[in-house]
Amino acid sequence: MYRYDDYDQQLVDERVAQFTDQTRRYFAGELTEEEFLPLRLQNGIYIQRHAPMLRLAIPYGNLRADQVRMYGHIARTYDRGYGHFTTRHNMQFNWCELEKMPEILAKLATVQLHAIQTSGNCIRNTSTDPFAGVAEDERIDPRPWCELIRQWSTFHPEFAYLPRKFKIAVNGAEEDRAVIRCHDIGLELVKNEAGETGFRIFVGGGLGRTPIIGEEIASFVPWQHLLTYCESILRVYNRFGRRDNKFKARIKIIVKSLGVDEFRRRVEADWAHFKDGPSTLTQQELDRVAACFVDPDYKMLPKTDAGYVQAQADSKPFAAWVKRNVRGHKRPGYASVVLSLKKTGVPPGDVTDTQLDLIADLADRYSFGEVRITHEQNVVLADVEQSALFALWEQARAGGLATPNIGLLTDMICCPGGDFCSLANAKSIPIAEAVQRRFDDLDYLHDIGELELNISGCMNACGHHHVGHIGILGVDKNGEEWYQITIGGRQGNLTHLGKVIGPSFAAADVPDVIETLVNTYVAHRHEGERFIDTVHRIGADPFKQAVYGDKTPAQRKVANG
Amino acid sequence: MAKLIKNQQILDDTWQVLTLDDGADAATVAVPAGQWIVPLAVWQAQPALAARGDVAPLLDGADDPADLADQLGTLSLVAVNFPRFADGRGYSIATLLRSRYGYTGELRAIGDVLRDQFNYFTRCGFDALQPPVGKYTDAQLDAALASLKDFTDPYQASATFRDPLFRRHARRAA
Repeated sequence: MYRYDDYDQQLVDERVAQFTDQTRRYFAGELTEEEFLPLRLQNGIYIQRHAPMLRLAIPYGNLRADQVRMYGHIARTYDRGYGHFTTRHNMQFNWCELEKMPEILAKLATVQLHAIQTSGNCIRNTSTDPFAGVAEDERIDPRPWCELIRQWSTFHPEFAYLPRKFKIAVNGAEEDRAVIRCHDIGLELVKNEAGETGFRIFVGGGLGRTPIIGEEIASFVPWQHLLTYCESILRVYNRFGRRDNKFKARIKIIVKSLGVDEFRRRVEADWAHFKDGPSTLTQQELDRVAACFVDPDYKMLPKTDAGYVQAQADSKPFAAWVKRNVRGHKRPGYASVVLSLKKTGVPPGDVTDTQLDLIADLADRYSFGEVRITHEQNVVLADVEQSALFALWEQARAGGLATPNIGLLTDMICCPGGDFCSLANAKSIPIAEAVQRRFDDLDYLHDIGELELNISGCMNACGHHHVGHIGILGVDKNGEEWYQITIGGRQGNLTHLGKVIGPSFAAADVPDVIETLVNTYVAHRHEGERFIDTVHRIGADPFKQAVYGDKTPAQRKVANG
Repeated sequence: MAKLIKNQQILDDTWQVLTLDDGADAATVAVPAGQWIVPLAVWQAQPALAARGDVAPLLDGADDPADLADQLGTLSLVAVNFPRFADGRGYSIATLLRSRYGYTGELRAIGDVLRDQFNYFTRCGFDALQPPVGKYTDAQLDAALASLKDFTDPYQASATFRDPLFRRHARRAA
């Protein structure tokens, strides 16, 4: 992991001092509500339904064990004993008092944690592959680049008051696990024919109320020019992005209205003046940062651990967990483990203070003291010896962190929804729970196989419903909560937006509808075929027919789509 | 009298800002005697103003700093308007004036100019900051000078730090 030097630490400390004074002036009446708003947002603080919500940054998803313990401490001391991992490498606390925020941020800063730019119309936390550095299909490790972007984007003076929020994601593997084409800037690490590292750059992707897949703006930007090229993209957006309508203010709207070719022309015209300027990256700086991301001290191990194989033969539950929650590793004898935060009855992504302490202990014991957070709201221990997996599983299971459902229907992405979020049109957590209860039988769940179900409580799409194999979107119809269902969406290299199957449903009907969709898949699937592949092979009609039958929408208890 | 923060000091300021009312013609609107900051449209429509020496152009968010590129060598004051503090276009305009176009005269932020943005303003190249008249008491304005120094050693290259942190300092090997 990246290790702060004195300069990094000083900036975080100075931020705490700055915000402490701003909060003091707010309570003294020297700052208006409107003036304080972007200041608190850029320090991660929303005013929510019940209390202020504090959103902390987990830079590109990486945490140290002592930082996870600090989360546990904050949850116990200032919250109600739990926190929530979001879909963008953030930790959220829902019950902290505004007056205590400076104190909380000061404590977090002692372990290099912060809430910088986790909200507001600025460059947000950079996200990437949770298996960076250990994935078998990795071409180039994205983490040093994420750190360079973190530093460049932190307190960038020119881009703190953009038309709207701005998100960057980086992928360095064959399979895109960072959803880069649904980001304002998506960066794909590539090598050119000469073997030099650079970036294929996508721009203007995003979900939200106008879901758009990002378009390629550059096929290869040499790594030295990453920051100046991104600055030119940001500068064109900052100057020409729409500020008259919040819902049309994201970069995707200006890229669409200008067309990617005209947008590129403007970016490159600007870049011509800044390329090779002082912000050009140096080999020395790259080397300094990359040195933080070298392999840990791996042992030389046999490719397969005999005890691990035997344990799977002896214990069916362990074998089921291994099948779903353990991934291959680039080093012989090692594995990556996904700790599931999708236990039935617990809101997806929620984690208690004791679970946080357990995660930290497991990381220290088995995975070099490091933890990653996935955008699917689970926790990864990236570097575990196969011989330790059984012991790890037993401890994780005792802590409620070993539900064997990674990639299955109950491993759903879900935003906090109407229970917490003031933007939401509808609740999402109870829907997730109802669906989880319907599919609680593990054998059935495993038979259904890989199925990504994503739930958003409103069209802002924090739950990524557009790219779920099944997506559920909460909508408001005359003050009532309804749920619109999409199928056929997917993330990854073949990122695709799902299509709405028809009119929306009342909350109580959602589990039935999901079950009908699943049954339709089971009836049509070829052997070994996943839900998403069946949908794309046979199309949406059989699913619509099964759900709506011959009834017209008017005959069902539905709202208009 | 309006206050101006320049070079980290609080000064009295005598420049006035001319606004172009709806329907007024930029080519014919009168610019009275005295020091006036005028909209770019007026500046462009009345070339004689440039010779007066006590008139300066004002760029709004939608204006293109390229329109002043040829004159920047002779100008001693350019103002940039922030209609709302959350409208950040002026930061890019300042960056372009200082770096791409090499402007070295006074660059003044006017409009909704608040202390919590002072640090970012100066780093983007504003060396003169003019909060709205009456926004701050003298004591508050004194205290606000501290905001200029919110961050001792920022990461980025900017008008106040020619180089980014990684070129400014030999950073400890990790």
